[in-house]
Amino acid sequence: MRSVSLGLLFIVLSSLVFFADAQVTISGKVKDRKKPVAGVNIVLKDTYDGATSDSLGRFSFKTSEKGDFVLAASYVGYNAFEQKIKIGDDAITIDIVLKEEVTELNAVTVTAGTFEASDKKKAATVLDPIDVVTTASANGDITGALKTLPGAQQVGESEGLFVRGGTAAETKTFIDGTLVNNFFYSSLPNIATFSRFSPFIFKGTVFSTGGYSALYGQGLSSALILESIDLPERSSANVGISMLNLSGGIQQLSKNKKSSWGISYAYTDLSLAFAVIKQQQDYTKVPSYHNADANFRVKTSNTGMLKYYGYMSHNKLAFTVNSIDSIGYLDKFAQKNTNFYHNLSWRESLGRRWKIYTGISYTNNKDDIKSGMQDEAKNDVLLGGLEFKTFAAENKGNYFNAKLVLEKRLKGLSALRFGSEYNYTNDKLLFTAYDNQQFPANLKENINSIFAEGDIYVTRLLAAKIGARMEHSSILDKTNIAPRFSVAYKLSKTAQASLAYGVFYQDPERRYLPSRSALNYMKATHYIAQYQKVANNQSFRTEVFYKKYEDLIKTSAANGVETAINNNGFGEAKGIEFFWRDKKTIKTLDYWISYSYLDTERDYLNFPSAITPNYVAKHTGSVVVKKFVQKWKMNLNAAYNYNSGRPYYHIGYDTASSVYKFNDRGMIPDYHNVSFSINYLPFIGKKNPKSYTVWVMQVSNIFNIRQSYGYQYSYNGFRKQEIVPPSRMFVFIGCFISFGIDRSDEVMNNAL
Amino acid sequence: MLVLVSVLASFAQTNEKFVKAMEQKLVGYDSVRSNEGLQEVANSFERIAEAEKIQWLPYYYAALSNVNLGFNYAIAAGPMGGNADKVDPLADKAEKLLNKAEELSKDNSEIYVVKKLIASLRMLGDVMNRYMTYGPVAAEALATAKKLNPENPRVYVLEGSDLFNTPEEYGGNKAEAKLRLEEALRKFEAFKPESSIHPTWGMGQAKYFLSQIK
Repeated sequence: MRSVSLGLLFIVLSSLVFFADAQVTISGKVKDRKKPVAGVNIVLKDTYDGATSDSLGRFSFKTSEKGDFVLAASYVGYNAFEQKIKIGDDAITIDIVLKEEVTELNAVTVTAGTFEASDKKKAATVLDPIDVVTTASANGDITGALKTLPGAQQVGESEGLFVRGGTAAETKTFIDGTLVNNFFYSSLPNIATFSRFSPFIFKGTVFSTGGYSALYGQGLSSALILESIDLPERSSANVGISMLNLSGGIQQLSKNKKSSWGISYAYTDLSLAFAVIKQQQDYTKVPSYHNADANFRVKTSNTGMLKYYGYMSHNKLAFTVNSIDSIGYLDKFAQKNTNFYHNLSWRESLGRRWKIYTGISYTNNKDDIKSGMQDEAKNDVLLGGLEFKTFAAENKGNYFNAKLVLEKRLKGLSALRFGSEYNYTNDKLLFTAYDNQQFPANLKENINSIFAEGDIYVTRLLAAKIGARMEHSSILDKTNIAPRFSVAYKLSKTAQASLAYGVFYQDPERRYLPSRSALNYMKATHYIAQYQKVANNQSFRTEVFYKKYEDLIKTSAANGVETAINNNGFGEAKGIEFFWRDKKTIKTLDYWISYSYLDTERDYLNFPSAITPNYVAKHTGSVVVKKFVQKWKMNLNAAYNYNSGRPYYHIGYDTASSVYKFNDRGMIPDYHNVSFSINYLPFIGKKNPKSYTVWVMQVSNIFNIRQSYGYQYSYNGFRKQEIVPPSRMFVFIGCFISFGIDRSDEVMNNAL
Repeated sequence: MLVLVSVLASFAQTNEKFVKAMEQKLVGYDSVRSNEGLQEVANSFERIAEAEKIQWLPYYYAALSNVNLGFNYAIAAGPMGGNADKVDPLADKAEKLLNKAEELSKDNSEIYVVKKLIASLRMLGDVMNRYMTYGPVAAEALATAKKLNPENPRVYVLEGSDLFNTPEEYGGNKAEAKLRLEEALRKFEAFKPESSIHPTWGMGQAKYFLSQIK
């Protein structure tokens, strides 16, 4: 036995000596296409043997193994490298070439025409959702913040986004993929209304000022693509009180964090504000709004998410203004609006790199408008020749939109998307004239669309997005095919250049439909070139664009009513835009500057010739500044908006020659607006606060600068009157309290 | 008989080889601070982990080393953190390694400590935008680590260092930090690692922060 053990020991010892002698050195160099790579883990698979490459990419290690092995090399950001080697008695030298891994973070993204303000993981963020509420000139409105970006006009007399020479109707809004009708409160004469939805229900915003994806259509100029939040971080309750409204709501997150629900209600009444701040209008019914919303969100699986958002609003107002048509009399306007909006969306991974995105939305909107004239004692009157000013209009709209998108991820980041969209519109209008004669009208429109789009990554540095969309409209009974193409090239780690081209079709506006003349789609073609550089907390971008309009609607008033007669309208827009945002240079100071130059003319509707439309300014710019002062626990925000003078026109129909003519035209002065807001966060510095209170004070047009939006004319064109904002300066003071965690935290976090 | 002996011997030998290799890498582990050094140990532990495949500790140390390397990059951008482009891939890598460790050892307080560090690292990559997302994730992981083993001194080191590093305006508190760190030192005195290669780190950090408070 002893001899056996001794023998074993001998064998063990001798083998140790043998192996020690027979260690083989494996060495070499690691590089990528250009330079050596340091820190690479080189390993002889299934053994402990290996090394880490040094700053020159060199590595070297010894091994006692013999035979066939796999030498592997790995490093963050590179594809894994493997090579079979045979270890004999001789030293092995091996040079390793690693390939850079393609990820969403280091790859180029196709960005021409779009501002992304969402994906928190991406450093390329231009605007955070929270930026909306801390932009002094935005009044807490999403579109208000977007108007400080290049591409959008500062139009103060009506709502909507006027993008690169396009009308507000040329911008379409989508929530979770589906079209939103009545995104804004119903239009009022010479007063811009707000968008209906709170910025806090959205986690992502993509504002495309041109060249947008084939997944979207029916907008000649622009698409505003909003993505609602998924599950909230935790349960919370909120109450708010301000000089305009009272609000309250709760968000409940389930214990397993797989689902949530929430409801909120707000009552808005402008009596107090209008008592303090004098309005141009004399209100007989001060605007009041009941708004309620409800939501639920369910994580249907690890990758699936089902979301519902429902909204209802009821609001009323009535006012009079001095009539321009008859001195000493008043124009009366009253509006009642009820709006319901529902949105249900679902997304899920289907396996094998397939994904489904689907959603439906339904809107039910009712507007009651009463118009008339009154004498100075506020008695209704009917004046000879002005009977047309007395009428009632009841407009009931039912809108339904459904969309299905399938996505197949291909190799790397390449992907293929395709799907279809269905849009149903049903507008019922009942017009009652002064003599109680009734004119009912009904418009039903079905648009069926199919689309396909491919993201093609040629290399990590070069990507293209190629797509096409086909639409069929039941009312036009025509089909269009719209190609879209964009390409982006990464110039350096932080800079990239992109080009975009696309054709866009849109139905004529609803009020010109149905038409006795056969009408076609209106068409726009976009050409965009972009350069952008995004480094740590600084971003710069510039775009030049050319947009060609064809087949715009032309109108005639031959029978006394303006009706669409053909698609002979046309136009073009060109310009250059700059954007600079810097959060880095000065600590706790965040600012951005944007500038847009726009040169556009169009001949459409009743224009006697191609002219620059009245909503267009040649030069538009904004400076937005946000500063957090820790000592005062305050966020100080300021914004300056500017645009050069806009043209105004009075166009009249000359019955003798049966053509439209300019009766008057001119330019309004430049527009300046300086806004200021303070957020006061008294809970900062408190230990474990149970509730978070945010005080907000906002003043728009703080220097009380005179602002003009153009002119309106009497029906006969003999008199004109300047269109001005309802009040020069506006002040808002409010207090918002939340229990649990929420907005105030975001505000604070933003300021950090 | 001879066959059995040699099989047992070889098993004991591999285990011994594993422990030896680990011990060797753990010598002076606490004092590795440089990027190159951390990369080197991270790689070494990963090699051992992937060769063994059934041991959670090398995965754990590989994850921890990647996290520490990430913190180096984040802090290099300034006291408020940054460098998300460098930090994120390291956090991803650490998470992958830690997930493998967790598959091998469930409900492990030490693993939750590293989970907390990964969340804090991601947050530090871009504090402005990520405070809301990763702040609660980090807090929850640390709470779980504490629940799983209230005697784990590293839990108190992290509680203390968080309170120390956070500005007072945002809930930081030096006095409170001091109490936690002192608690950590008491826990260290009582703490007996399961083996020579189980985690022991943290005492140096606790002492360092305490020295900064006094």
